[in-house]
Amino acid sequence: MSQSVTVTKAGMDAAPGRTARSGSAGRRFKRGAASAGWALLGILLSVIMWELVKAVGSVVPFPFNTSDTTMPNVWTMVTGAFQPEMRGSSTTVLQAVIMAAGYSLMIAMGGFVVGVSVGLMLAITMQRFAFMERGLLPFVIASQTVPLIALAPLIVGIGNRFSVGPFEWSTTYSVMFIAAYLAFFPLSVGALRGLHAPTATSLELMRSYAAKPRQLLFKLRFPSSIPYLVPALKVSAASAVVGTVIAEISTGVRGGIGRLIIEYAREITGQPAKVYVAVFGAIILGLVAAALVTAFDLYLTRNLPKEGPA
Amino acid sequence: MSVTSPVSTTAVRATGIWKVFNEGQANEVTALQDINLTVEAGEFISLIGPSGCGKSTLLRVIADLTHPTKGSAEVAGMSAADARQQQRYGMAFQQAALFDWRTVRRNVELPLELQGWSKSARAARAMELLEMVQLADFAGHRPWELSGGMQQRVAIARSLAVDPPLLLMDEPFGALDEMTRERMQNELLRIRQETGKSVIFVTHSIPEAVYLSDRVVVMSPRPGRITDIIDVNLGSRDEDTREAEAFFAGVTAVREALRGRTGGSAARARVGEV
Ligand SMILES: Nc1ncnc2c1ncn2[C@@H]1O[C@H](COP(=O)(O)OP(=O)(O)OP(=O)(O)O)[C@@H](O)[C@H]1O
Ligand SMILES: [Mg+2]
Repeated sequence: MSQSVTVTKAGMDAAPGRTARSGSAGRRFKRGAASAGWALLGILLSVIMWELVKAVGSVVPFPFNTSDTTMPNVWTMVTGAFQPEMRGSSTTVLQAVIMAAGYSLMIAMGGFVVGVSVGLMLAITMQRFAFMERGLLPFVIASQTVPLIALAPLIVGIGNRFSVGPFEWSTTYSVMFIAAYLAFFPLSVGALRGLHAPTATSLELMRSYAAKPRQLLFKLRFPSSIPYLVPALKVSAASAVVGTVIAEISTGVRGGIGRLIIEYAREITGQPAKVYVAVFGAIILGLVAAALVTAFDLYLTRNLPKEGPA
Repeated sequence: MSVTSPVSTTAVRATGIWKVFNEGQANEVTALQDINLTVEAGEFISLIGPSGCGKSTLLRVIADLTHPTKGSAEVAGMSAADARQQQRYGMAFQQAALFDWRTVRRNVELPLELQGWSKSARAARAMELLEMVQLADFAGHRPWELSGGMQQRVAIARSLAVDPPLLLMDEPFGALDEMTRERMQNELLRIRQETGKSVIFVTHSIPEAVYLSDRVVVMSPRPGRITDIIDVNLGSRDEDTREAEAFFAGVTAVREALRGRTGGSAARARVGEV
């Protein structure tokens, strides 16, 4: 699956992002406004391209179908969002998509929290014991080459037979597990690099203070890993969302945006706009997850140099 | 956990220290060969010598940051390992190595925090030290908002935090410009006057070594060993000291010792007599 490959690369290349951050609140606001402007321009250009392809496709034969049933007009999509989901139902398509996206976001967040906790613990163990790093890291990397499509039914199959006392495994947990499985990797690799980041001088300083291993971790290694942790968290959050949507599709769990896309895709001939609204819902879900991590990032790095490193 | 008075009159005693890196391999380096050195309590000693002669290694052996291949180091009458555990020395490096995520004051508090001092006690102690290095106004700043010289002063304040009887300094002013450097030297001498610390100070600068020290230890590389120890008797230093005859005589004596001239000891006799 190509997803895991991109995740791997991004996790490995994640470098401290201090240099990119700008200074004063005023400058930050200006940059924010500028990027919002560029985003609007991008949306506008996409709309124009879409309609252009449709217009040209209606006169010149194209290698793909540009008819209204597969590529509805942008305006049709917008109005389609506000039509009832089914004949006679009181909820609109947009409402249904928002509900489903919210449900998926909850699952993704659950998977993210589990994945990040596991990833962090793995990184700490690997940093602390060199033999763990040598023994474990190859498995951590190999874990991401297992195709998710093959893994999903397996996890569902195992999980369905799993119950401890009053706790019953449901397929929703399988989805969460898969999200966690994708999310832990970028974090553990990024955190491991971050924990290794302190300079030799800082480490000697702590040793000269006879700092205990726990003090070394909390007073030096954790704080210096933050510039590595933040990009890793972003990739993990994106992975958790992608993992959730894909796992929903391959396990057929109801209620989430993944299943909704499948259901709406079947209705493409009747209401072609619906599936596109659902796809946009999935995209916005990813953006919301990224925004949440960015907010956390601003909080974590509030005390670090805003201009490049000294 | 408060002020420690030196148990013995000897601050540091290094006996027969050898340090061989990569022993038995093709890239074997004898960084230290049979180092014997005694530093009396309250004494200011400089280590000088060409790059790679083992100055940092000797300092790191005394600080128990690395183990000698042979021989032993004693600090304040106990083993180097015990001295480190009991915080009997403070250390300063060429890089100030301040933590970006802490304010200036909380950087100075770091060693106290690790020792389990209460919040108010360590804040008070840190402010006292920042007064001493004249940076009290910058207590709430972040390290990266300070100039290199100011950062180094914070590092010195931090090395004094637990009030250790000994300071180990590895080229602390190496990255500073000449003017700042001279100001920092005066400041260090003043602090040492006020606190009565023993100091081992590594430097590449001959005038710096002579200006600061009671004795200058001259080392030579491959294998790293002590070739000469030059006494400097300049009395109390002030701005005129840098232009005094005795100061130049000291500089000449150290320079000749570094060049390996036997005139070192003859020149040594003249230092402080002129
Ligand atoms: N960890 C190490 N492994 C192998 N060799 C080392 C190590 N540390 C130091 N050495 C070698 O020991 C010798 C002394 O090094 P040291 O850093 O003590 O020199 P120095 O006098 O402090 O030099 P400088 O003035 O450049 O700081 C050098 O030849 C160096 O290559
Ligand atoms: Mg050195």
